[in-house]
Amino acid sequence: MSEAATTMRTFAGSDDLAADERAALAELLLALADDEFVLGFWDSEWTGIAPALEEDVAYSSIAQDEIGHARALYELLAALTGRDADTIAYDRDQTGFRLARLLDLDRGDWAQSIARRYLYDTADAVRLTALARSTYAPLAGLVGKIRREEAYHLQHFDAWLRRLNTDTQGRARLAASLEALWPAALDLFTPLAQEATLLRAGLLPRPFTALRAEWLAALAPILGPNGLDLPFPARQEADGAYAPTIAPSTGGRTGDHDPAFDRLWHEMTLVYRQEPGATW
Amino acid sequence: MKTLKSTAINPEPQAVDQDARPSGPNPHSAFRTPHSLRVWSALHTVFDPEIPNISVVDLGIIHTVEVTPERVRVEILPTFVACPAIEVMRERIAGRLRELAIAPEVSVVVTYAAQWSSDRITPAGRAALRASGFAPPDEAPSFTSDDAVNLNPLGATRPALPACPYCGSKNTMQENRFGPTLCRSIYYCHNCRQPFEAFKAV
Repeated sequence: MSEAATTMRTFAGSDDLAADERAALAELLLALADDEFVLGFWDSEWTGIAPALEEDVAYSSIAQDEIGHARALYELLAALTGRDADTIAYDRDQTGFRLARLLDLDRGDWAQSIARRYLYDTADAVRLTALARSTYAPLAGLVGKIRREEAYHLQHFDAWLRRLNTDTQGRARLAASLEALWPAALDLFTPLAQEATLLRAGLLPRPFTALRAEWLAALAPILGPNGLDLPFPARQEADGAYAPTIAPSTGGRTGDHDPAFDRLWHEMTLVYRQEPGATW
Repeated sequence: MKTLKSTAINPEPQAVDQDARPSGPNPHSAFRTPHSLRVWSALHTVFDPEIPNISVVDLGIIHTVEVTPERVRVEILPTFVACPAIEVMRERIAGRLRELAIAPEVSVVVTYAAQWSSDRITPAGRAALRASGFAPPDEAPSFTSDDAVNLNPLGATRPALPACPYCGSKNTMQENRFGPTLCRSIYYCHNCRQPFEAFKAV
């Protein structure tokens, strides 16, 4: 597969893409951008009320990173579609958003926020590792930058996961949160409608099902029975690949969102809806 | 026409810092022409809006410089994707280059064609950071483009603690991986009992 990827042509910009490739890339970019955008908003809710001042600072900084990543991704999308990034980001109703189900959900308590961030950041690391080799050069370049920053997020939430796990109550809450979030987390790897086109052109180097297997394989030694022994609903199949043992909660990538997203949507689009087209 | 300022720039060759371009020779750059020397010299006089003694060259954000009779084009690399200072720096660079009046068109473009890493900060830039009370970054972690997934990308062992920029002591501790700006972490010096900030190694 790597050989195929290296012999594939690369695309310097949107003009190099055929119409179907452009549409498929737009679907991918919107999913990536919406994940980061909405998570950034959830993260920002901890500003001022996190358990420690250090975490107020950390969550605020991380939220700024995520919204910046979203903006850069919306700008790549804007270059494809001719619409501007602000309009793409804000001028949609709830069903127009393509975030995965995991990001629909409320931030919950501290343990749930940590559990979600850990699942997201590990999944994102897998996805970014693959996309750093996208044949769409502007995406590969941006991802190369984003993953350097995301490494700090992952390191932070890895430390928090282990810290909560050392405390009896912390471990109980962490386990309950992971248990509850796993089906929604699997939606991060729900195949996209135009995935075949993305794969054929190398815009997405590997299928989402393959990325999901890589993610589970990487998490097995950490969350599995030989690691922290936290909820890990996956097993190795006969061919050696990891697969989930639970049904994913899907719908995010087609705009069918959990009602929890509704409140956040109203809040994050409030200013835009009051004054559409305003610039600031 | 604000040409007076440009004549104040002395395009002496020493002013061009080869270390500012660690990513190697730039095929698009007319690096040795007198005009491009003037551009590089001018870039040495554009400073980071938050740390006013480090230039955009020493910060390592200049990716390419292209000078033709028609235009001056500079590509810059954001230190962090969400850093609001990049737009300020873009405007300041463009303003400074227009003052040179080398070509009718000046464009300053933000790009991710290459990725800024804290390793791009020059030795002069590291000294400038220290003088401003910021510990310079440790060596940046390497990111390979192979397909191996790494869920511990910053390494299993903690990076070396930075020396205190005030007293030089190595008896420091990390207070927060994140800080008041995206590019910095917060530390504390046990020796002089001062909190200080260090640049993230990215």
